[in-house]
Amino acid sequence: MTALPCAPVDLSAEAAALLMPLHLRVDAAGLICGAGPTFGRLVEPDPVLGRPLFDVVEIRRPGGVADLPALAAQAGQRLHLALRRDPQVPLRGLAVPLSCGGFLLNLGFGLGLVEAVRRHALTDRDFAVTDLAVELLYLVEAKTAVVAELADLNRRLREAKTAAEEQALTDTLTGVRNLRALGLVFDRLVAEGRAFGLIRVDLDYFKQVNDTLGHAAGDRVLRHVAEALRASTRGGDTVARVGGDEFVILCPDLTDAGRLMTVARRILARLSQGVDYEGQPCRISASLGLALSVDHDRATMERMLADADAALYAAKHAGRGRVALAHPDRAADAGLDVTVEGTGTAG
Amino acid sequence: MHGLINRSIQSFLRDTYGAQLWLRVAQVARLNPDGFEAMLHYDDRVTAHLVAAASQVLSRPQDTILEDLGTYLVSHPNLQALRRLLRFGGVNFRDFLHSLEDLPDRGHLALPDLDLPALTLTETGGDSFVLTCRGPLPGAGHVVVGLLRAMADDYGALVLIEHQGAEAEGGAERIAIQLTDARFSPGKRFDLAAVSG
Repeated sequence: MTALPCAPVDLSAEAAALLMPLHLRVDAAGLICGAGPTFGRLVEPDPVLGRPLFDVVEIRRPGGVADLPALAAQAGQRLHLALRRDPQVPLRGLAVPLSCGGFLLNLGFGLGLVEAVRRHALTDRDFAVTDLAVELLYLVEAKTAVVAELADLNRRLREAKTAAEEQALTDTLTGVRNLRALGLVFDRLVAEGRAFGLIRVDLDYFKQVNDTLGHAAGDRVLRHVAEALRASTRGGDTVARVGGDEFVILCPDLTDAGRLMTVARRILARLSQGVDYEGQPCRISASLGLALSVDHDRATMERMLADADAALYAAKHAGRGRVALAHPDRAADAGLDVTVEGTGTAG
Repeated sequence: MHGLINRSIQSFLRDTYGAQLWLRVAQVARLNPDGFEAMLHYDDRVTAHLVAAASQVLSRPQDTILEDLGTYLVSHPNLQALRRLLRFGGVNFRDFLHSLEDLPDRGHLALPDLDLPALTLTETGGDSFVLTCRGPLPGAGHVVVGLLRAMADDYGALVLIEHQGAEAEGGAERIAIQLTDARFSPGKRFDLAAVSG
């Protein structure tokens, strides 16, 4: 059974206005003879009825549609239009021919919806019941609010991440870098192929400070030493606390043994000034072991620390309060000679 | 529970009673004083603890706190976006009431993982309605009551709203609504498109 053919649609102006609030009817002469109420709002306070179609709208695409025959050729095709009165509100639409020789042109806002609603203060009632315009406006606002919230969340997370990373690389007692940070700097220097000097600092008799004056005094001394090491080195150097009373300093681009010795002497001199603890002078003594990355074809953290450790051991044995420089045998990388200097401040 | 819900309770407590009170509630509920992230998810029990802690610290019943929360959500200047999103539901309060059934779907449009309480509106004759509310947060009906009262003001409608309790323990909550004058006052202005900038 097949459906009977429908009779041609016979729409009253009121019905057309309800179904298509943004339509235009044009007679065979190209004059507007009917319009939806929303279209009327767009061109307020200008009249709509009786005016030539192309005085009210401009068809931008396809080009060259400026009279009824050209419009007839585009019947059923998508048209991009603009209001002559407010060209900033783009419209899109479609024209179908009517038996009277005129056209029915139905329009919509497409992506210009938000702008059109804002400029012409349109409301819910200006859209067809079937139109998703209000839902689209709702989505635009919901999306804007959500994106703002996400951007805020991202900012907070980034700040927290930066703070956590900073904490993870910092020795909480003294504020200088920790062993992990030292490893990162070391790896970066090696990866960049940069030479560097390494200084290992070990406090003499630190255990006695802790035992006789208490841990608070010990902490005070450690903070003082960290500050002294920072003050005695360059901004680009890395000072790290790697154990209870052990510090390591990395000096990038320092390849000369004499210059490294100079830095070490400066540190010893500064530390020998001692520190006050609750009004009492507290003497500090340290032994320093030095190593240079240029003494190795391929410097590794283990090898450099071992070199500096051996030098430190020699410095301690020579009477503490001294500096010793490791001279690894480059040919064999086995034997290790050490130069010790210093006056010895142990007492 | 979606972080947005917890976050809004946090904002409500902080904006209404001050930062100090929020810190005390967070302490009682054993929460991070920074509170919640709106775009993350939390265990449902956290929300219940939060409301219970607020009730304890403020020495006020949970129902009252939840109702104030609902009013805060649509009337506080910090939350204009939410009021606007709700106003998209209709051009008058009656339309708005009918749009409430769409609320969970509208919520999903904005955030696919946001589960709002299911609301069902029944006309009980004339200008009387019953709204049932079923959701993961017990007492959500009280939030809806506060929200409806504030929205009625927003629309300029004179409405009587009464929470009639839950059908059963943990079951749907019933809210009776009597619309006495849909155009009592002009209400607040609402433009479909927000003014940018």
